[in-house]
Amino acid sequence: MSRGGPFEGRSVITGAGMSQVGRKLMRSGLDLTLEASLRAIADAGLTPDDIDGIASYPGPMAPSPGFTGAGVHDVRNALGLRSRWYMSGMETAAQIGPVIEAAMAVALGLANHVLVFRSVWESTAQAGGNRASVLTPEGELPEHLEYTAPFGALSPANWLALPAQRYMYEHGLTREQLGQIAINARRNAGFNPDAVFRDPLTMDDYLASRMISEPLSLYDCDIPCDGATAVIVSGRDAAAGLPRHPLTIESVGTGMFERATWDQRIDLTTMAAHDAAATLWERTSLRPSDVDVAQLYDGFSFLTVQWLDALGFCEHGKVGAFIEDGSRIALDGDLPLNTAGGQLSGGRLHGMGLLHEACIQLWGSAGERQVAGAEVAAVGVGGGPVAGALLLSTH
Amino acid sequence: MTDTYERPEFRLTPSPSAESRAFWSGGERGELLIYRCHDCGHFFHPPAPACFRCRSRDVAPEPVSGRGVVATYTINRQPWLPTMPPPYVIVLVELDEDRDVRIFSQLVDVDPEAVRIGDRVEVFFEHWPAPGDTEVWLPLFRPERARA
Repeated sequence: MSRGGPFEGRSVITGAGMSQVGRKLMRSGLDLTLEASLRAIADAGLTPDDIDGIASYPGPMAPSPGFTGAGVHDVRNALGLRSRWYMSGMETAAQIGPVIEAAMAVALGLANHVLVFRSVWESTAQAGGNRASVLTPEGELPEHLEYTAPFGALSPANWLALPAQRYMYEHGLTREQLGQIAINARRNAGFNPDAVFRDPLTMDDYLASRMISEPLSLYDCDIPCDGATAVIVSGRDAAAGLPRHPLTIESVGTGMFERATWDQRIDLTTMAAHDAAATLWERTSLRPSDVDVAQLYDGFSFLTVQWLDALGFCEHGKVGAFIEDGSRIALDGDLPLNTAGGQLSGGRLHGMGLLHEACIQLWGSAGERQVAGAEVAAVGVGGGPVAGALLLSTH
Repeated sequence: MTDTYERPEFRLTPSPSAESRAFWSGGERGELLIYRCHDCGHFFHPPAPACFRCRSRDVAPEPVSGRGVVATYTINRQPWLPTMPPPYVIVLVELDEDRDVRIFSQLVDVDPEAVRIGDRVEVFFEHWPAPGDTEVWLPLFRPERARA
């Protein structure tokens, strides 16, 4: 019987692991990566000898200090892994692109169990200064900053404030509505003992917070942290007999229809997320209304707005009304969102933390923050010109 | 109220590539040079040696008016560089010649709080030394003045 989807049900997730997560942990990126990896392997009921594939974003390149905790070979070498297939890279469907690559590898029989990891140690690596300090007056501008940094736009906060302002202008999104993303994340983090920020956040706190780049304030931005996340992607046959219920990778969103750009899309109120989402839905018979829980990238709150818009949880442009009072996206709402606190409050694990939480929810292991009866999870990762999406189920 | 723009002591400056050299140096003659396709007639930005719409290789930079409207903007409030104290306005300008072409820049000589989407603006240039003993002329924008 055909199970549908791009992998016909042959690709599943069998384990997930997370390292210690925090600020200025003063541990190395590789140390954190190994902790998450070994936890994921054990969670799947496997040993390192069973791991015959490995994949990671972004590989050994570092646009800024701490951006890459470890490369694929660092982990292979440290754990003595015998890999029948491996990859890393940045030009893929965002930080979860390697999960999709791994799903292809196991579906084709190139590997049985692929360890996929993402690790950051930006808080420790940047502890001596601030993020702007990576740009020295004497140094050459990195190519990706050529058209922005000369004008004092040094942060993604600036680049994203521009489409956020336009979305507000065209579609009427308000600061109060946008604030629900941050407030919801903080509320959920209160039920996550591993979250970085757990103190309650009120709308008054949010509206009074320091502006970074209008309309984005402090609470609209995640902050550097240290931590690693790993999942095990397995072939369905290889997953037989393992302790976790295998989570089917129902569909993947890998589309990219316009130029890779922050500012030249035809519709300035959309992003690459819209292309990724379009391909996610064209590859499955599941619909947005089937989704029980959503983990949508919140490196900046406005990116979550983009993913809600892109994935069609409401009509294009109507996200403001959708999140208006926060009830719909709360743990007991129609679409529980970023249930572990997302990146804004859970910690900036750069996309893979959201996938980890999706798995935990589908396994029913989320404790106080568990969404009852969660069977289908949507994960959307990335912002601006970077996007990738996954649809997972217990089916 | 209009703030009077003062040139900062320092800006990060680009290292022009073969494709971007015209964009960064046209200001020497007071020209904003934007790539145009000679087959389909559209402008496009950032520059590239092919037209992304019709794939023609017959493309070249050509001067535009440097006038357009604010597509969107942000008031930056965070100090990223000591030489550029906030607040300042970062802007995307849609060019009059082709509204699908947006130029990322800074909007100056303006009260940041008074900026609105749709405001008319015009280009001017700021000359800077750039890495590798080169020079660049950064296109900045200010409110449009009455045409001569």
